Amino acid sequence: MRVGLAQIRPVLGRVEENLKLHREMIRRAESERVDLLVFPELSLTGYSLKDLTLDVARTLRDESIRRLVGESGRIDLVFGLVEEGPGHLFYNAAVYASEGKIRHVHRKVYLPTYGMFEEARHFARGRSFRSFETRFGRMGLLICEDAWHPSAPYLLVQDGAEFLLVLSNAPAKGMGARGMSAEETWYGLLTNHSLLHGTITFYTNRVGTEDGITFFGGSAAIDPFGRILARGERFEPQLVMIDVNPEDVRLARYQMPMLRDEDLELTAREIERIVKRRSEGRELP
Amino acid sequence: MNPVEEMLAQAPYLRLDAELTVELLTRALREEVEKTGFRKVILGVSGGIDSALALFLCARAFGPEGVLAVCMPYRESSPDSLKDAREAVEAVGVESVTVDITPQIDAYFAGFPDASPLRRGNKMARERMSILYDLSAEHQALVIGTSNKTELLLGYGTQHGDMASAVNPLGDLYKTQVRQLSAHLEVPESILKKPPSADLWPDQTDEAELGFSYLEVDRLLHFMVDRRYSRERLVRRGFDPELVDRVHRRVVANQYKRRLPVILKVSGRTIGADFRYPRDWGL
Repeated sequence: MRVGLAQIRPVLGRVEENLKLHREMIRRAESERVDLLVFPELSLTGYSLKDLTLDVARTLRDESIRRLVGESGRIDLVFGLVEEGPGHLFYNAAVYASEGKIRHVHRKVYLPTYGMFEEARHFARGRSFRSFETRFGRMGLLICEDAWHPSAPYLLVQDGAEFLLVLSNAPAKGMGARGMSAEETWYGLLTNHSLLHGTITFYTNRVGTEDGITFFGGSAAIDPFGRILARGERFEPQLVMIDVNPEDVRLARYQMPMLRDEDLELTAREIERIVKRRSEGRELP
Repeated sequence: MNPVEEMLAQAPYLRLDAELTVELLTRALREEVEKTGFRKVILGVSGGIDSALALFLCARAFGPEGVLAVCMPYRESSPDSLKDAREAVEAVGVESVTVDITPQIDAYFAGFPDASPLRRGNKMARERMSILYDLSAEHQALVIGTSNKTELLLGYGTQHGDMASAVNPLGDLYKTQVRQLSAHLEVPESILKKPPSADLWPDQTDEAELGFSYLEVDRLLHFMVDRRYSRERLVRRGFDPELVDRVHRRVVANQYKRRLPVILKVSGRTIGADFRYPRDWGL
Protein backbone atom coordinates (compact mmCIF):
# COMPACT_ATOMS: atom_id res chain seq x y z
CA MET A 1 0.00 0.00 0.00
CA ARG A 2 1.15 3.54 -0.70
CA VAL A 3 0.69 6.00 2.13
CA GLY A 4 0.99 9.77 1.81
CA LEU A 5 1.75 12.01 4.77
CA ALA A 6 0.35 15.45 4.01
CA GLN A 7 2.84 17.68 5.80
CA ILE A 8 0.95 20.93 5.26
CA ARG A 9 0.98 24.42 6.70
CA PRO A 10 -2.62 25.13 7.72
CA VAL A 11 -3.72 28.76 7.96
CA LEU A 12 -4.74 29.65 11.50
CA GLY A 13 -8.50 29.93 11.89
CA ARG A 14 -9.36 29.80 8.18
CA VAL A 15 -11.31 26.65 7.46
CA GLU A 16 -12.17 27.53 3.83
CA GLU A 17 -8.56 28.13 2.92
CA ASN A 18 -7.51 24.93 4.62
CA LEU A 19 -10.19 22.96 2.77
CA LYS A 20 -8.67 24.24 -0.44
CA LEU A 21 -5.23 23.15 0.78
CA HIS A 22 -6.66 19.70 1.52
CA ARG A 23 -8.21 19.39 -1.93
CA GLU A 24 -4.94 20.35 -3.61
CA MET A 25 -3.04 17.77 -1.60
CA ILE A 26 -5.67 15.12 -2.37
CA ARG A 27 -5.35 15.80 -6.13
CA ARG A 28 -1.58 15.50 -5.88
CA ALA A 29 -1.76 12.30 -3.86
CA GLU A 30 -4.29 10.77 -6.27
CA SER A 31 -2.01 11.49 -9.19
CA GLU A 32 0.79 9.75 -7.27
CA ARG A 33 -1.47 6.74 -6.71
CA VAL A 34 -1.54 7.14 -2.95
CA ASP A 35 -3.97 4.75 -1.21
CA LEU A 36 -4.16 6.48 2.15
CA LEU A 37 -3.48 10.16 2.81
CA VAL A 38 -2.96 11.32 6.38
CA PHE A 39 -3.16 15.01 7.34
CA PRO A 40 -1.87 16.44 10.64
CA GLU A 41 -3.80 17.26 13.81
CA LEU A 42 -6.35 20.09 13.41
CA SER A 43 -5.45 20.24 9.72
CA LEU A 44 -8.61 22.20 8.91
CA THR A 45 -8.10 24.88 11.54
CA GLY A 46 -4.50 25.40 12.67
CA TYR A 47 -3.41 24.95 16.26
CA SER A 48 -3.17 28.05 18.48
CA LEU A 49 -6.88 28.78 18.29
CA LYS A 50 -7.77 30.01 21.77
CA ASP A 51 -11.16 31.77 21.46
CA LEU A 52 -11.27 31.01 17.73
CA THR A 53 -12.20 27.44 18.72
CA LEU A 54 -15.88 28.40 18.71
CA ASP A 55 -15.70 29.95 15.24
CA VAL A 56 -13.88 27.11 13.48
CA ALA A 57 -15.89 24.25 14.99
CA ARG A 58 -17.90 22.13 12.53
CA THR A 59 -20.32 19.26 13.05
CA LEU A 60 -19.66 16.12 11.04
CA ARG A 61 -22.89 16.87 9.17
CA ASP A 62 -21.58 20.24 8.05
CA GLU A 63 -21.71 20.68 4.28
CA SER A 64 -17.98 21.44 3.94
CA ILE A 65 -17.00 18.40 6.00
CA ARG A 66 -19.32 16.18 3.96
CA ARG A 67 -17.76 17.48 0.78
CA LEU A 68 -14.29 16.69 2.07
CA VAL A 69 -15.39 13.20 3.14
CA GLY A 70 -16.82 12.87 -0.37
CA GLU A 71 -13.28 13.28 -1.72
CA SER A 72 -12.40 9.85 -0.30
CA GLY A 73 -13.81 7.91 -3.27
CA ARG A 74 -10.50 6.75 -4.64
CA ILE A 75 -8.24 7.50 -1.71
CA ASP A 76 -8.68 6.97 2.02
CA LEU A 77 -8.34 10.20 4.01
CA VAL A 78 -7.52 11.11 7.57
CA PHE A 79 -7.87 14.75 8.59
CA GLY A 80 -8.15 16.81 11.75
CA LEU A 81 -10.78 19.33 12.81
CA VAL A 82 -12.54 20.96 15.73
CA GLU A 83 -15.61 18.76 15.89
CA GLU A 84 -18.76 20.13 17.44
CA GLY A 85 -20.34 17.05 18.99
CA PRO A 86 -23.68 16.46 20.70
CA GLY A 87 -24.45 18.88 23.50
CA HIS A 88 -22.21 21.50 21.85
CA LEU A 89 -19.05 19.93 23.17
CA PHE A 90 -16.00 20.75 21.11
CA TYR A 91 -13.45 18.05 20.37
CA ASN A 92 -9.99 17.98 18.87
CA ALA A 93 -10.93 15.19 16.46
CA ALA A 94 -9.60 13.10 13.59
CA VAL A 95 -11.79 11.57 10.89
CA TYR A 96 -11.00 8.46 8.84
CA ALA A 97 -12.94 8.60 5.55
CA SER A 98 -13.13 5.97 2.83
CA GLU A 99 -15.35 5.42 -0.22
CA GLY A 100 -17.11 8.69 0.50
CA LYS A 101 -18.08 7.79 4.07
CA ILE A 102 -16.81 8.44 7.57
CA ARG A 103 -15.46 5.11 8.87
CA HIS A 104 -14.17 6.24 12.22
CA VAL A 105 -13.81 9.34 14.38
CA HIS A 106 -11.26 9.64 17.16
CA ARG A 107 -11.63 12.41 19.69
CA LYS A 108 -8.36 13.33 21.37
CA VAL A 109 -8.37 11.92 24.86
CA TYR A 110 -5.27 13.50 26.37
CA LEU A 111 -5.48 17.26 26.02
CA PRO A 112 -2.16 18.82 26.97
CA THR A 113 -2.78 21.68 29.38
CA TYR A 114 0.58 22.58 30.84
CA GLY A 115 3.55 24.70 29.85
CA MET A 116 2.77 26.20 26.47
CA PHE A 117 -0.41 24.15 25.92
CA GLU A 118 -3.98 25.00 26.93
CA GLU A 119 -6.18 22.51 25.09
CA ALA A 120 -8.42 21.56 28.00
CA ARG A 121 -9.48 25.21 28.27
CA HIS A 122 -11.28 24.82 24.96
CA PHE A 123 -11.77 21.15 24.14
CA ALA A 124 -13.85 18.39 25.66
CA ARG A 125 -12.01 15.17 26.28
CA GLY A 126 -12.54 12.09 24.09
CA ARG A 127 -13.54 8.93 25.91
CA SER A 128 -12.27 5.97 23.94
CA PHE A 129 -9.48 4.29 22.03
CA ARG A 130 -10.99 1.95 19.44
CA SER A 131 -9.38 0.24 16.49
CA PHE A 132 -11.40 0.03 13.27
CA GLU A 133 -11.44 -1.98 10.07
CA THR A 134 -10.21 -0.48 6.77
CA ARG A 135 -9.55 -1.96 3.36
CA PHE A 136 -5.88 -2.23 4.36
CA GLY A 137 -6.35 -3.87 7.74
CA ARG A 138 -7.20 -2.69 11.25
CA MET A 139 -6.01 0.72 12.29
CA GLY A 140 -5.92 2.94 15.34
CA LEU A 141 -5.87 6.74 15.49
CA LEU A 142 -3.91 8.81 17.97
CA ILE A 143 -3.73 12.58 18.17
CA CYS A 144 -0.40 14.04 19.31
CA GLU A 145 -0.44 13.91 23.14
CA ASP A 146 -2.36 10.60 23.03
CA ALA A 147 0.89 9.03 21.86
CA TRP A 148 2.60 10.14 25.08
CA HIS A 149 0.41 7.77 27.10
CA PRO A 150 1.61 4.16 26.84
CA SER A 151 -1.92 2.92 27.51
CA ALA A 152 -3.23 4.50 24.29
CA PRO A 153 -1.31 2.48 21.68
CA TYR A 154 -1.52 -0.52 24.03
CA LEU A 155 -5.32 -0.45 23.97
CA LEU A 156 -5.47 0.09 20.22
CA VAL A 157 -3.18 -2.86 19.56
CA GLN A 158 -4.98 -5.13 22.03
CA ASP A 159 -8.11 -4.09 20.14
CA GLY A 160 -6.61 -5.38 16.90
CA ALA A 161 -4.76 -2.42 15.37
CA GLU A 162 -1.92 -3.28 13.02
CA PHE A 163 -1.33 0.29 11.95
CA LEU A 164 -1.10 3.37 14.13
CA LEU A 165 -1.87 6.73 12.58
CA VAL A 166 -0.54 9.59 14.67
CA LEU A 167 -1.70 13.10 13.77
CA SER A 168 0.49 15.74 15.33
CA ASN A 169 1.16 19.45 15.83
CA ALA A 170 4.55 19.16 17.48
CA PRO A 171 6.47 22.39 18.04
CA ALA A 172 10.18 22.87 17.48
CA LYS A 173 11.67 23.31 20.93
CA GLY A 174 14.49 22.26 23.18
CA MET A 175 17.27 23.33 20.83
CA GLY A 176 20.63 22.02 21.96
CA ALA A 177 24.08 21.49 20.54
CA ARG A 178 22.81 18.81 18.18
CA GLY A 179 19.24 19.26 17.02
CA MET A 180 16.07 19.68 19.04
CA SER A 181 15.04 17.49 21.96
CA ALA A 182 11.42 17.64 20.80
CA GLU A 183 12.28 15.90 17.57
CA GLU A 184 14.46 13.18 19.08
CA THR A 185 11.85 12.48 21.72
CA TRP A 186 9.12 12.05 19.13
CA TYR A 187 11.11 9.61 17.01
CA GLY A 188 12.11 7.70 20.11
CA LEU A 189 8.50 7.46 21.19
CA LEU A 190 7.19 6.34 17.80
CA THR A 191 10.00 3.86 17.27
CA ASN A 192 9.25 2.31 20.64
CA HIS A 193 5.54 2.05 19.96
CA SER A 194 6.17 0.34 16.62
CA LEU A 195 8.70 -2.06 18.04
CA LEU A 196 6.82 -2.96 21.23
CA HIS A 197 3.48 -3.38 19.54
CA GLY A 198 4.56 -4.71 16.16
CA THR A 199 2.78 -1.98 14.24
CA ILE A 200 3.49 0.12 11.19
CA THR A 201 3.24 3.66 12.49
CA PHE A 202 2.52 6.74 10.40
CA TYR A 203 3.24 10.12 11.91
CA THR A 204 2.10 13.32 10.21
CA ASN A 205 3.33 16.54 11.75
CA ARG A 206 2.52 19.99 10.38
CA VAL A 207 4.88 22.82 9.47
CA GLY A 208 4.59 26.60 9.70
CA THR A 209 4.68 29.19 12.48
CA GLU A 210 1.89 30.52 14.69
CA ASP A 211 2.54 33.23 17.28
CA GLY A 212 6.25 32.57 17.12
CA ILE A 213 5.85 28.81 17.60
CA THR A 214 7.16 26.75 14.69
CA PHE A 215 6.02 23.19 14.02
CA PHE A 216 8.91 21.06 12.85
CA GLY A 217 7.39 18.70 10.29
CA GLY A 218 9.55 15.62 9.93
CA SER A 219 6.56 13.35 9.30
CA ALA A 220 7.62 9.73 9.37
CA ALA A 221 6.75 6.11 8.74
CA ILE A 222 8.18 3.44 11.02
CA ASP A 223 8.08 -0.30 10.51
CA PRO A 224 7.35 -2.95 13.19
CA PHE A 225 11.08 -3.54 13.65
CA GLY A 226 11.47 0.09 14.75
CA ARG A 227 13.13 1.25 11.56
CA ILE A 228 12.31 4.69 10.21
CA LEU A 229 11.26 4.05 6.60
CA ALA A 230 10.80 7.65 5.55
CA ARG A 231 11.18 11.02 7.12
CA GLY A 232 9.80 14.29 5.83
CA GLU A 233 11.86 17.43 5.73
CA ARG A 234 12.02 19.85 8.60
CA PHE A 235 9.90 23.00 8.27
CA GLU A 236 8.94 22.45 4.60
CA PRO A 237 5.46 21.61 3.32
CA GLN A 238 5.73 18.25 1.61
CA LEU A 239 3.84 15.17 0.52
CA VAL A 240 5.87 12.35 2.05
CA MET A 241 5.19 9.03 0.33
CA ILE A 242 6.01 5.54 1.51
CA ASP A 243 5.24 2.13 0.04
CA VAL A 244 4.76 -0.21 2.96
CA ASN A 245 4.25 -3.91 3.11
CA PRO A 246 1.61 -4.93 5.67
CA GLU A 247 3.24 -8.37 5.53
CA ASP A 248 5.92 -6.91 7.83
CA VAL A 249 3.44 -6.83 10.70
CA ARG A 250 2.86 -10.56 10.33
CA LEU A 251 6.58 -11.25 10.24
CA ALA A 252 7.40 -8.99 13.19
CA ARG A 253 4.68 -10.42 15.35
CA TYR A 254 5.95 -13.94 14.68
CA GLN A 255 9.56 -13.04 15.41
CA MET A 256 8.76 -10.83 18.39
CA PRO A 257 5.53 -12.26 19.81
CA MET A 258 4.89 -9.68 22.53
CA LEU A 259 1.28 -9.33 21.51
CA ARG A 260 0.82 -13.14 21.70
CA ASP A 261 2.48 -13.32 25.10
CA GLU A 262 0.88 -10.24 26.61
CA ASP A 263 -1.30 -11.28 29.56
CA LEU A 264 -4.29 -9.05 29.02
CA GLU A 265 -6.26 -10.63 31.84
CA LEU A 266 -3.45 -10.08 34.30
CA THR A 267 -3.24 -6.48 33.16
CA ALA A 268 -7.00 -6.04 33.53
CA ARG A 269 -6.97 -7.64 37.01
CA GLU A 270 -4.16 -5.47 38.20
CA ILE A 271 -5.69 -2.35 36.72
CA GLU A 272 -8.99 -3.13 38.38
CA ARG A 273 -7.23 -3.58 41.72
CA ILE A 274 -5.35 -0.30 41.31
CA VAL A 275 -8.45 1.59 40.22
CA LYS A 276 -10.36 0.29 43.23
CA ARG A 277 -7.55 1.24 45.57
CA ARG A 278 -7.27 4.73 44.14
CA SER A 279 -11.01 5.31 43.98
CA GLU A 280 -11.12 4.71 47.73
CA GLY A 281 -9.23 7.97 47.97
CA ARG A 282 -5.89 6.38 48.69
CA GLU A 283 -3.01 8.10 47.08
CA LEU A 284 -0.35 6.58 44.90
CA PRO A 285 1.91 4.42 47.06
CA MET B 1 40.24 28.64 20.99
CA ASN B 2 38.23 31.72 20.06
CA PRO B 3 36.36 33.58 22.82
CA VAL B 4 32.92 32.19 21.87
CA GLU B 5 34.22 28.62 21.93
CA GLU B 6 35.87 29.29 25.28
CA MET B 7 32.57 30.47 26.72
CA LEU B 8 30.65 27.51 25.37
CA ALA B 9 33.27 25.15 26.74
CA GLN B 10 32.43 26.55 30.18
CA ALA B 11 28.69 26.25 29.53
CA PRO B 12 28.09 23.42 27.03
CA TYR B 13 24.39 23.42 27.87
CA LEU B 14 24.08 26.88 26.26
CA ARG B 15 25.46 25.65 22.95
CA LEU B 16 23.00 25.60 20.07
CA ASP B 17 22.93 23.67 16.84
CA ALA B 18 23.84 26.89 15.04
CA GLU B 19 22.83 25.87 11.57
CA LEU B 20 19.46 24.50 12.62
CA THR B 21 18.73 27.45 14.91
CA VAL B 22 19.50 29.92 12.13
CA GLU B 23 17.24 27.97 9.79
CA LEU B 24 14.42 27.89 12.33
CA LEU B 25 14.71 31.61 13.11
CA THR B 26 14.98 32.61 9.46
CA ARG B 27 11.90 30.65 8.43
CA ALA B 28 9.81 31.69 11.42
CA LEU B 29 10.79 35.33 10.95
CA ARG B 30 9.89 35.23 7.27
CA GLU B 31 6.55 33.59 7.93
CA GLU B 32 5.55 35.89 10.78
CA VAL B 33 6.36 38.99 8.71
CA GLU B 34 4.88 37.86 5.40
CA LYS B 35 1.64 36.81 7.08
CA THR B 36 1.04 40.42 8.08
CA GLY B 37 1.19 41.48 4.42
CA PHE B 38 4.44 43.39 4.90
CA ARG B 39 7.17 42.69 2.37
CA LYS B 40 9.91 44.58 4.15
CA VAL B 41 11.38 44.92 7.61
CA ILE B 42 13.08 47.78 9.42
CA LEU B 43 15.37 47.68 12.42
CA GLY B 44 17.66 49.93 14.39
CA VAL B 45 21.33 48.99 14.04
CA SER B 46 23.57 50.27 16.84
CA GLY B 47 26.90 48.66 16.12
CA GLY B 48 26.27 46.11 18.87
CA ILE B 49 26.08 42.37 18.52
CA ASP B 50 22.33 41.95 19.09
CA SER B 51 21.20 44.29 16.34
CA ALA B 52 23.96 42.90 14.10
CA LEU B 53 22.61 39.35 14.50
CA ALA B 54 19.03 40.55 13.95
CA LEU B 55 20.23 42.35 10.81
CA PHE B 56 21.99 39.23 9.47
CA LEU B 57 18.90 37.11 10.12
CA CYS B 58 16.68 39.68 8.39
CA ALA B 59 18.99 39.76 5.37
CA ARG B 60 18.78 35.96 5.13
CA ALA B 61 15.00 36.00 5.51
CA PHE B 62 14.12 38.88 3.17
CA GLY B 63 17.14 39.45 0.96
CA PRO B 64 19.09 42.72 0.93
CA GLU B 65 16.22 44.58 -0.80
CA GLY B 66 13.75 43.59 1.94
CA VAL B 67 15.59 45.23 4.82
CA LEU B 68 16.03 48.84 5.91
CA ALA B 69 18.67 49.40 8.61
CA VAL B 70 18.51 52.61 10.62
CA CYS B 71 21.48 54.08 12.49
CA MET B 72 20.44 56.62 15.12
CA PRO B 73 23.52 58.07 16.80
CA TYR B 74 23.58 60.79 19.47
CA ARG B 75 26.47 63.25 19.65
CA GLU B 76 27.95 61.42 22.64
CA SER B 77 27.62 57.97 21.07
CA SER B 78 30.92 56.28 20.48
CA PRO B 79 32.12 56.96 16.92
CA ASP B 80 33.14 53.30 16.73
CA SER B 81 29.48 52.31 17.18
CA LEU B 82 28.45 54.06 13.99
CA LYS B 83 31.49 52.65 12.17
CA ASP B 84 30.63 49.10 13.31
CA ALA B 85 26.97 49.56 12.45
CA ARG B 86 27.91 50.66 8.93
CA GLU B 87 30.28 47.73 8.58
CA ALA B 88 27.50 45.32 9.51
CA VAL B 89 25.15 47.01 7.04
CA GLU B 90 27.75 46.78 4.27
CA ALA B 91 28.47 43.15 5.05
CA VAL B 92 24.86 42.21 4.20
CA GLY B 93 24.37 44.90 1.54
CA VAL B 94 21.06 46.31 2.76
CA GLU B 95 19.79 49.85 2.43
CA SER B 96 20.44 52.06 5.43
CA VAL B 97 19.62 55.52 6.67
CA THR B 98 21.19 57.53 9.46
CA VAL B 99 19.10 59.80 11.66
CA ASP B 100 21.00 61.91 14.18
CA ILE B 101 18.87 62.12 17.32
CA THR B 102 20.96 64.91 18.88
CA PRO B 103 18.65 67.88 18.00
CA GLN B 104 15.50 66.48 19.58
CA ILE B 105 17.27 65.01 22.61
CA ASP B 106 19.15 68.23 23.33
CA ALA B 107 16.07 70.37 22.77
CA TYR B 108 14.11 68.27 25.25
CA PHE B 109 16.78 68.14 27.95
CA ALA B 110 17.45 71.88 27.66
CA GLY B 111 14.37 72.04 29.90
CA PHE B 112 15.82 69.44 32.31
CA PRO B 113 19.52 70.21 32.63
CA ASP B 114 19.92 68.01 35.74
CA ALA B 115 18.47 64.84 34.18
CA SER B 116 20.34 61.68 35.17
CA PRO B 117 22.21 59.61 32.58
CA LEU B 118 19.61 56.84 33.04
CA ARG B 119 16.77 59.21 32.30
CA ARG B 120 18.58 60.56 29.25
CA GLY B 121 19.39 57.04 28.08
CA ASN B 122 15.77 55.90 28.32
CA LYS B 123 14.62 59.01 26.46
CA MET B 124 17.07 58.24 23.66
CA ALA B 125 15.85 54.66 23.43
CA ARG B 126 12.25 55.88 23.08
CA GLU B 127 13.27 58.53 20.57
CA ARG B 128 14.82 55.78 18.45
CA MET B 129 11.67 53.68 18.79
CA SER B 130 9.57 56.62 17.65
CA ILE B 131 11.78 57.15 14.60
CA LEU B 132 11.65 53.44 13.70
CA TYR B 133 7.85 53.37 13.89
CA ASP B 134 7.60 56.55 11.82
CA LEU B 135 9.86 55.10 9.13
CA SER B 136 8.02 51.79 9.43
CA ALA B 137 4.83 53.48 8.22
CA GLU B 138 6.69 55.45 5.58
CA HIS B 139 8.41 52.39 4.10
CA GLN B 140 5.69 49.83 4.82
CA ALA B 141 8.25 47.82 6.76
CA LEU B 142 7.64 45.88 9.95
CA VAL B 143 9.77 46.73 12.99
CA ILE B 144 12.05 43.86 14.04
CA GLY B 145 13.23 43.58 17.64
CA THR B 146 16.75 43.14 18.93
CA SER B 147 16.25 42.30 22.63
CA ASN B 148 17.82 39.02 23.71
CA LYS B 149 16.53 36.65 26.39
CA THR B 150 19.09 37.77 28.96
CA GLU B 151 18.08 41.42 28.84
CA LEU B 152 14.38 40.61 28.65
CA LEU B 153 14.65 38.50 31.80
CA LEU B 154 16.78 41.05 33.63
CA GLY B 155 14.66 43.95 32.42
CA TYR B 156 17.84 45.49 31.01
CA GLY B 157 16.08 47.49 28.33
CA THR B 158 13.74 50.43 27.94
CA GLN B 159 10.02 49.72 28.01
CA HIS B 160 8.45 51.17 24.83
CA GLY B 161 12.01 51.89 23.71
CA ASP B 162 14.42 49.25 22.45
CA MET B 163 12.01 46.60 23.76
CA ALA B 164 9.33 47.66 21.25
CA SER B 165 8.92 45.67 18.04
CA ALA B 166 6.43 43.58 16.07
CA VAL B 167 8.56 40.42 15.85
CA ASN B 168 11.65 39.70 17.91
CA PRO B 169 13.87 36.93 16.55
CA LEU B 170 16.33 37.15 19.47
CA GLY B 171 13.95 36.96 22.43
CA ASP B 172 14.63 33.29 23.15
CA LEU B 173 18.43 33.50 22.83
CA TYR B 174 20.70 34.26 25.75
CA LYS B 175 23.50 36.76 25.10
CA THR B 176 26.02 33.91 24.95
CA GLN B 177 23.89 32.23 22.28
CA VAL B 178 23.63 35.52 20.38
CA ARG B 179 27.42 35.51 20.39
CA GLN B 180 27.54 31.93 19.14
CA LEU B 181 25.14 32.57 16.26
CA SER B 182 26.83 35.87 15.37
CA ALA B 183 30.18 34.14 15.08
CA HIS B 184 28.52 31.38 13.04
CA LEU B 185 27.05 33.93 10.61
CA GLU B 186 30.34 35.79 10.42
CA VAL B 187 29.25 39.10 11.87
CA PRO B 188 32.21 41.53 11.59
CA GLU B 189 35.03 40.76 14.01
CA SER B 190 35.05 44.22 15.63
CA ILE B 191 31.41 43.70 16.69
CA LEU B 192 32.06 40.18 18.01
CA LYS B 193 35.00 41.35 20.07
CA LYS B 194 33.96 44.55 21.80
CA PRO B 195 32.37 44.61 25.25
CA PRO B 196 28.57 44.92 25.07
CA SER B 197 27.32 48.43 25.76
CA ALA B 198 23.99 50.22 25.65
CA ASP B 199 26.08 53.23 24.54
CA LEU B 200 23.77 55.60 26.34
CA TRP B 201 26.66 57.45 27.95
CA PRO B 202 30.41 57.48 27.32
CA ASP B 203 32.40 54.38 28.38
CA GLN B 204 29.26 52.59 29.57
CA THR B 205 29.47 48.80 29.48
CA ASP B 206 26.62 46.42 30.26
CA GLU B 207 28.71 44.14 32.42
CA ALA B 208 30.09 46.95 34.62
CA GLU B 209 26.61 48.36 35.04
CA LEU B 210 24.97 45.01 35.78
CA GLY B 211 27.76 43.89 38.08
CA PHE B 212 28.24 40.46 36.51
CA SER B 213 29.31 39.03 33.18
CA TYR B 214 26.83 37.83 30.59
CA LEU B 215 28.32 34.36 30.59
CA GLU B 216 27.92 34.15 34.36
CA VAL B 217 24.32 35.32 34.34
CA ASP B 218 23.40 33.22 31.30
CA ARG B 219 24.65 30.11 33.08
CA LEU B 220 22.60 31.05 36.12
CA LEU B 221 19.48 31.91 34.10
CA HIS B 222 19.73 28.61 32.24
CA PHE B 223 19.42 26.69 35.50
CA MET B 224 17.05 29.16 37.17
CA VAL B 225 14.62 29.72 34.29
CA ASP B 226 14.98 26.87 31.80
CA ARG B 227 15.61 24.12 34.31
CA ARG B 228 13.74 25.60 37.27
CA TYR B 229 16.34 24.83 39.89
CA SER B 230 15.44 25.93 43.40
CA ARG B 231 17.65 28.49 45.16
CA GLU B 232 19.16 25.72 47.26
CA ARG B 233 19.99 23.62 44.22
CA LEU B 234 21.54 26.63 42.44
CA VAL B 235 23.78 27.29 45.42
CA ARG B 236 24.70 23.58 45.59
CA ARG B 237 25.70 23.81 41.94
CA GLY B 238 28.17 26.50 42.88
CA PHE B 239 26.37 29.75 42.12
CA ASP B 240 27.07 32.60 44.51
CA PRO B 241 23.96 32.96 46.73
CA GLU B 242 24.16 36.73 46.53
CA LEU B 243 24.17 36.62 42.71
CA VAL B 244 21.29 34.15 42.73
CA ASP B 245 19.20 36.48 44.88
CA ARG B 246 20.10 39.60 42.94
CA VAL B 247 19.28 38.04 39.59
CA HIS B 248 16.08 36.47 40.88
CA ARG B 249 14.94 39.83 42.26
CA ARG B 250 15.63 41.47 38.92
CA VAL B 251 13.69 38.86 36.97
CA VAL B 252 10.68 39.28 39.26
CA ALA B 253 10.86 43.06 39.49
CA ASN B 254 10.87 43.43 35.71
CA GLN B 255 7.95 41.14 34.91
CA TYR B 256 5.83 44.23 34.15
CA LYS B 257 8.08 45.12 31.23
CA ARG B 258 7.35 41.78 29.60
CA ARG B 259 3.58 42.11 29.77
CA LEU B 260 0.88 44.37 28.37
CA PRO B 261 -0.52 47.07 30.69
CA VAL B 262 -2.92 45.92 33.37
CA ILE B 263 -6.56 46.32 32.37
CA LEU B 264 -9.10 46.85 35.13
CA LYS B 265 -11.92 44.40 34.57
CA VAL B 266 -15.44 45.74 34.32
CA SER B 267 -17.24 43.70 31.64
CA GLY B 268 -17.88 40.01 31.09
CA ARG B 269 -15.29 39.80 28.35
CA THR B 270 -12.10 41.67 29.06
CA ILE B 271 -9.13 41.91 26.73
CA GLY B 272 -6.42 39.62 28.03
CA ALA B 273 -8.51 37.91 30.70
CA ASP B 274 -11.38 36.26 28.84
CA PHE B 275 -11.01 37.73 25.36
CA ARG B 276 -8.12 35.59 24.20
CA TYR B 277 -7.02 35.26 20.63
CA PRO B 278 -3.74 34.34 19.05
CA ARG B 279 -1.68 37.31 17.95
CA ASP B 280 -1.71 35.88 14.43
CA TRP B 281 -5.52 36.01 14.39
CA GLY B 282 -6.81 36.62 10.88
CA LEU B 283 -3.36 36.66 9.26
